[in-house]
Amino acid sequence: MGVKPVDSAPGAGKTIVTQMSPNWITSRLDFLANWARANSLWPMPFGTACCAIEFMATAASRFDISRFGMERLGYSPRQADVLLCAGRLPFKLAPVIKRIYDQMPQPKWVISMGACASTGGIFDTYAMTQGIDTVVPVDVYVPGCPPRPEALLYGILLLHKKIRGETMVDKAIREEEILSRGGLRLPPEFVDEVSEPFGNSVHQTRSA
Amino acid sequence: MRREFGDKIGRALESCGDTIVYVDAGRARAVLAWLKETPDQEYNYLTDITAVEYRDAELPMEVVYLLFSLRRKVQLCVKIALPKDGDLEVDSVVPLWQGANWLEREVFDMFGITFRDHPDLRRILMWETYSEGHPLRKDFPLRGRLSRSEQVRRALHANPEAHYSMEELSIAESFNDLPEDMRQRLAQGERDRIPELGGAPGDG
Repeated sequence: MGVKPVDSAPGAGKTIVTQMSPNWITSRLDFLANWARANSLWPMPFGTACCAIEFMATAASRFDISRFGMERLGYSPRQADVLLCAGRLPFKLAPVIKRIYDQMPQPKWVISMGACASTGGIFDTYAMTQGIDTVVPVDVYVPGCPPRPEALLYGILLLHKKIRGETMVDKAIREEEILSRGGLRLPPEFVDEVSEPFGNSVHQTRSA
Repeated sequence: MRREFGDKIGRALESCGDTIVYVDAGRARAVLAWLKETPDQEYNYLTDITAVEYRDAELPMEVVYLLFSLRRKVQLCVKIALPKDGDLEVDSVVPLWQGANWLEREVFDMFGITFRDHPDLRRILMWETYSEGHPLRKDFPLRGRLSRSEQVRRALHANPEAHYSMEELSIAESFNDLPEDMRQRLAQGERDRIPELGGAPGDG
């Protein structure tokens, strides 16, 4: 891994290390950094609908996300590392959440909370993005309409698990996403495909 | 009312406890002003302005004014029928009720009915460069006219700060003290240029 043979170079048969390979030092450092990161996440709540109420309940004393290191809610994207989209995202807010995500410093993660944020939910209409993953990359999807606080906490624990598996060797996970010249982060066909109606909304096409 | 305006008043009926009066489009503002200011009418509170389009294509569109008299505690519903083949245009009632400003903008945004002499007739719910039409019209598809990817692309290139007029930002008088880039953004008005589709991904 990370080593490629060079054929045409003088002294054929030698190998040149092109990138850092995982070893004992990196894995120990990873463990330390990931342990620190996972247990001191600062969420940036982006609450647009009823999921935000459940998020408030999660943050309040009964469920208390500070048990999982989220003591402080970062209401400034520059001081946060988890973007927590709680609620539907209309097209009018798409550039807003994109800008908030771009303003957050690395390392950063995104939790999509609820059916509407993840898929558009019941709002299969002209005004709603069909899932925030068409706008920003998402790490954890929490299903539910709205999800109970336990579900959100489980999503946060899954995010902890994901963070603990990250490694500094893989530079790609810290790369900023840049919009392609087409103006989307995903190929247009892919966006169309994930936005296809499914389930009950297939049947509501009377005027479409 | 009939005594005052004669044949400019159409049919009047009572439906589900509401009194509904149909008014000729050309005289609507005069009728509404009369209803607001005449002492024994005194419909001084404008509850809402909305519009109706019926599924039956023959029926005209209607602009609906819901009036309320704060002193007499009675409601009145005034409707203007607009044939669909005509120009969908009525007089603005902003001179009578300042609060009609945003209500009329909403009706314009959702139904495409224009209000003559409106001080600031722009879209209010959809963004200003929204080009797919008027969403509450019966011929508007539920999911919009464009493909989902095109909708996301256009939305992503919106300028979120450009939805407000100078008055709404209440910084009009301090315009010259603003930083240069913000002045440019405000002067530019709407959003940035939308890039053409079809470039290689990742090289933007």
